[in-house]
Amino acid sequence: MAYNFKEMMNKPERLLPGHRMCAGCGAPIALRNVLKALKEEDHAVICNATGCMEVSSFLYPYTAWKDSYIHNAFENAAATCSGVEAAYRAMKKRGKLDGTFKFIAVGGDGGTYDIGFQSLSGAMERNHDMVYVCYDNEAYMNTGIQRSSATPMFADTTTTPVGTLSAGKPQNRKDLTEIIAAHHVPYAAQTTFVQNFKDLHLKSEKAIYTPGAAFLNILAPCPRGWRYNTPDIIDICKAAVETCFWPLFECFNGEKWVVNYVPKEKKPIEDFLKLQGRFAHLFKPENEFLIGEIQAEVDRRWEALLTKTNW
Amino acid sequence: MAIRERLSGNEAVATAMRQINPDVMAAFPITPSTEIPQYFSSYVANGKVDTVFVPVESEHSAMSAVIGAEAAGVRAITATSSCGMALMWELLYVASSSRLPLVMALVNRALSAPININCDHSDSMGARDAGWIQIYSENSQEAYDNMLMAYRIAEHKDVRLPVMICQDGFIISHGVENIVLLEDDIAKKFVGEYHPEEYLLNSKEPLAVGPYATAPYFMESRRAHAEALKHAKKVILDVADEFEKISGRKYGFFETYKTEDADYIMIVIGSAAGAGKDAVDILRNQGIKAGVLKIRMFRPFPAEQIAEAVKNAKVIACMDRAEGFNTNCGPIGSEVKSALYDAGIQMKVVNYVYGLGGRDVPVADLKTVFEDMVQIDKDGCTGETYRYLSVRE
Repeated sequence: MAYNFKEMMNKPERLLPGHRMCAGCGAPIALRNVLKALKEEDHAVICNATGCMEVSSFLYPYTAWKDSYIHNAFENAAATCSGVEAAYRAMKKRGKLDGTFKFIAVGGDGGTYDIGFQSLSGAMERNHDMVYVCYDNEAYMNTGIQRSSATPMFADTTTTPVGTLSAGKPQNRKDLTEIIAAHHVPYAAQTTFVQNFKDLHLKSEKAIYTPGAAFLNILAPCPRGWRYNTPDIIDICKAAVETCFWPLFECFNGEKWVVNYVPKEKKPIEDFLKLQGRFAHLFKPENEFLIGEIQAEVDRRWEALLTKTNW
Repeated sequence: MAIRERLSGNEAVATAMRQINPDVMAAFPITPSTEIPQYFSSYVANGKVDTVFVPVESEHSAMSAVIGAEAAGVRAITATSSCGMALMWELLYVASSSRLPLVMALVNRALSAPININCDHSDSMGARDAGWIQIYSENSQEAYDNMLMAYRIAEHKDVRLPVMICQDGFIISHGVENIVLLEDDIAKKFVGEYHPEEYLLNSKEPLAVGPYATAPYFMESRRAHAEALKHAKKVILDVADEFEKISGRKYGFFETYKTEDADYIMIVIGSAAGAGKDAVDILRNQGIKAGVLKIRMFRPFPAEQIAEAVKNAKVIACMDRAEGFNTNCGPIGSEVKSALYDAGIQMKVVNYVYGLGGRDVPVADLKTVFEDMVQIDKDGCTGETYRYLSVRE
């Protein structure tokens, strides 16, 4: 699959300007690019979980979505999408529908890793012909930066605040992409904003056009929660990949694992942490040993991932 | 030719669903409604329907999926009971306020704890303010008939609301009774085809459903929703009239049994109405003017009509198969008293909580309710207005 950045950017937008997401937010960047992977002639239905993306893009009476769109609740975007997809099959069966529709469920990490986990697992196991897109900003940002099971260890959040007895979130993050791969769905992948969106685009295309259930986990930084200067978002994403904090990989049918990018020289985790205010406390001399713990965990997970590619 | 059969309430409702042949069904197993998706799955497996059946991983997802399907532009249906409906709770409001005409077969069962699989009405009564139309059944015949009428009410352009067809767990759902079914073609013709005006899968015009609405818009949305429930009253009667023409069976907001000259009227919902009518017959033989009013439509609530129907009674007893925990009365008691007050009627009203968690409701026990009403009349004093029937104190 060839990728031409300029061509892609010139494709008609399906997520339109005028939504109220923050400057420098990863979520609309993620969604805008996922939708660009749709064939222009295909229709789509977006099923959005409650979260920043939903409350900022569909404020009655305005919507930023060109395609059909449904918001139901926080924890059920996948189940809602499975109902829409079932309706599509029913209408097709009865000859009531022309054209092709694709189905894209969208949720933040809170609505995906946590409260929407059961709904997601169910829809993936039933193998509906849909894509679930998680824009993972590593905390409950819409409600004001509370920790989720996607929040990395030692991040400062409003429910794991740094204090005299606390260095931030005490637990490691859940690896959801691997959990979904363990559902043996046709396609599960992890990406972020690097290489002029090439990796994101190619994975979106595969996710949308692979028959059956697909899952796309997109690291999508949040300027409020991560506390960075808005233009730094691309540098942060790049650092996440170069440090192997957020490896680019995909898994086909739960068995064929592909790591899409192996850095020539793996960068130290400080390169990722230092750009973000949520980790600022780790750079105090008394806390520096904690960075070593993070590094050890990143290394362990990276090595484990590489062993999966020996197929 | 009508078809004479012997069916349980679950079989009757599943049969109506087969005749409706909805586009999508999503359901999760829970006693006592489980049989409905089981029967329906066998219809799917044997080509009796061409519905897409979605065997979801929870009731929350069942309601989520039927919301998605209905918004997508098709007829969607689900069935559940008790805690299953409780798990759907937040989405009941999403379904009704998004004005989605989906249908639920509810088999009434107690809510935990203690866990109990038998009948009472605490599940649907707990959801009485969720903006759905609620229709109750006394037996499998009514459950069948009500199910066939459901989409005609739900999809009417003046209504566009979800409908809950309720029947008593086990007592109706598993009790096999004689029933008269409509022939498939007559039933299908009555239900008709669904043609939504706006839907997600309209390739000519996209649709956005479920916005974030701030204070300048939210209240108008609720007001329109409330108005739709008012419109539903006429539609429910019109659909019942049409149904009578093809079935010979007459339905209204409620059924009255010997209430015209009654001094003592019991107001009840569901299967207990049958035993209530037997109690009335016994008392009538003893010269006591007893009657039963069985509510069929609880949401919207037919307040004026009920007040009119009972206004000449001396005492009425409201029978609640759900504890309202307000320490004064149950849901039926509360609604009926409010209806009487608005109609300017001052009368003696006693409220009973009965039959919780499947506690048997024999004729003899309901007879004591009428005897209590006679005593209240004689004493000129109601005494305790909020009572329990057949309970160890």
